[in-house]
Amino acid sequence: MLYREAGQFKATYAEDSQIFPIRQDRIGIALILAVAFVGTPLLSVAGLLSDYTFTAILTPFLIFSLAALGLNILTGYAGQLSLGTAAFMAVGAFASYNFMLRIDGMPILVAFILGGICAAAVGIVFGLPSLRIRGFYLAAATLATQFFIVWCLTKVGWFTNYSSSGVITAQKIEMLGYTFDTAFSKYLFVLSVVTVMALLAKNMVRTNIGRSWMAIRDMDMAAEVIGFRPMQTKLMAFAVSSFYCGVAGALFAYAYLGTVEPEGFNLDLSFRILFMIIIGGVGSILGSFLGAAFIVLLPIGLNMFMHFLEGSVGINLPSGISSSIELMVFGGLIIFFLIVEPHGLARLWQIGKEKLRLWPFPH
Amino acid sequence: MQFFLEVLIGGLLSGVMYALVALGYVLIYKASGVFNFAQGAMVFFAALTTAGLVDSGLSLWLALPLTMVAMVVLGLLTEKIVLRPLVAQHEITLFMATIGLTFFVEGLAQAIWGANVRSLDLGIEDVPLEWLLENANMAVSQFDLIASGIAAVLVTLLAIFFSKTKIGRALRAVADDHQAALSIGIPLQHLWGIVWAVAGFVALVAGLLWGARNGVQFALTFVALKALPVLILGGFTSVPGAIVGGLIIGASEKLAEVYIGPHVGGGIEGWFPYVLALLFLLVRPEGLFGERIIRRI
Repeated sequence: MLYREAGQFKATYAEDSQIFPIRQDRIGIALILAVAFVGTPLLSVAGLLSDYTFTAILTPFLIFSLAALGLNILTGYAGQLSLGTAAFMAVGAFASYNFMLRIDGMPILVAFILGGICAAAVGIVFGLPSLRIRGFYLAAATLATQFFIVWCLTKVGWFTNYSSSGVITAQKIEMLGYTFDTAFSKYLFVLSVVTVMALLAKNMVRTNIGRSWMAIRDMDMAAEVIGFRPMQTKLMAFAVSSFYCGVAGALFAYAYLGTVEPEGFNLDLSFRILFMIIIGGVGSILGSFLGAAFIVLLPIGLNMFMHFLEGSVGINLPSGISSSIELMVFGGLIIFFLIVEPHGLARLWQIGKEKLRLWPFPH
Repeated sequence: MQFFLEVLIGGLLSGVMYALVALGYVLIYKASGVFNFAQGAMVFFAALTTAGLVDSGLSLWLALPLTMVAMVVLGLLTEKIVLRPLVAQHEITLFMATIGLTFFVEGLAQAIWGANVRSLDLGIEDVPLEWLLENANMAVSQFDLIASGIAAVLVTLLAIFFSKTKIGRALRAVADDHQAALSIGIPLQHLWGIVWAVAGFVALVAGLLWGARNGVQFALTFVALKALPVLILGGFTSVPGAIVGGLIIGASEKLAEVYIGPHVGGGIEGWFPYVLALLFLLVRPEGLFGERIIRRI
């Protein structure tokens, strides 16, 4: 009754091809954006949301969503499995840092975009093997990206401005004389960037670029035969994906951590982002967000559960075991999702939508 | 020249150890078409379990069979719980499932035995072989030599197992074509169980040797990752490929570290094998000994 597109007629081509063709979806997106942009500020002013919520949950959630979105473009839409996401994030972060550092009066957004472009360039170089190899050969080959780039950033002092420990301190985020230094303002900054880029991605995957990615993913030989150029398509996917990851990396350094070292972008981070898209849904923009939310919230939830166990039931777990259990839960969930719902949380939302369409008269 | 030989031999010997890990991947890939990313985690699990059992007071000779049992159970459970429901799925899905399995097994090992670094003593000392030191003035680790000897024996046994026994032939048939193998009455699921158990055994041997050499710690899983470039070089489906790939990777990474490393800041061992493998793939996507990839629409 609430979610039904009956009666929504498309009279023009523009109406037919808009991003969200169903009115309820448009209202839903508008509502979510309103809550994100207006609702949380109000709650925070009213004192209901602490700084902790912003620094430890909402900001990382948004940044990881962006990174997952980047990986999802490459893996979910173009079908090229990559284990080097964190390396592209590192390139974005360190490139932005150097642009800010070495060019006077560099606007921060331009630095982020340039950082993303650097990541895209690196992505193209390391995407070249994808023209020859596929599947897990490629996945194993992307490990080269991961280890080589982190090594490069550690060993070449220029990248970290010769800091002895290899740690860089990100500059302040300043725009038009305003400094984003509170947890809340950083959140708004990240939110704006992520919103714009997510809408762009949503749009991109239904244009001919996105369609050619999906054609290559579904069967690259057939796509090639009917005239898609595998080289341009795959390298484009690598470039766009790395651009997203690069910007996410820059945000990771500037708006979330503040100080980063190359080792912070290790293989573990790459896996974490891969898990986000598996759990959220491979080949779905919404899935990137759902997966990121899940992976960000899971350790927090587990921790609370452990405390609950210790507090009320009285089971005392040895220290250090919670991180092992976290690993087990991550691994178990991945297997569970791949077996039970290979299309992830996004698919559950799809099913929910189908049900909503018929509700309350399912026949 | 002498120094070069010393580095080369050291590299080749550590290459044999990489090959040992790579062997586990090849076994499972050959028989079931699953690229088991969790092999490294299994190596870690085996090493940690043995070390843990020994630390809790058992003798090594009691700990070994117990670990073996644990590895076989782990392998069988993996096959039953993880891979059987995913049968006939796309191989990338299977690959991702084994990444999940990696995390699970690593977590399990640490949840049981703790995350501390343990040492494992096999009774073989890691000292230069005296005879070589005296006669040729070269330092070659005795431990590495014995470890490669064990690896060589293992590889020979596996080669015989694959080519001479009934089960081995059945496994090769399965690897060639699942359905054809099923249709002539080869008990597929039974065989997969056997393969996982054998892979568990190989993981145990690799875990023991690596654990005794470098200490039983989380970093073992990174050693296991090094087996991936070995596989790429050698081809996923070839046991000799794994050996040759291991030798090439081991020797080239040590030589690169010693001769190129100082010019670029050192520490290139961490990525050199991957880049080497990557460049190699550009020339020969199926590896040295891999089956030629033929793709049809």
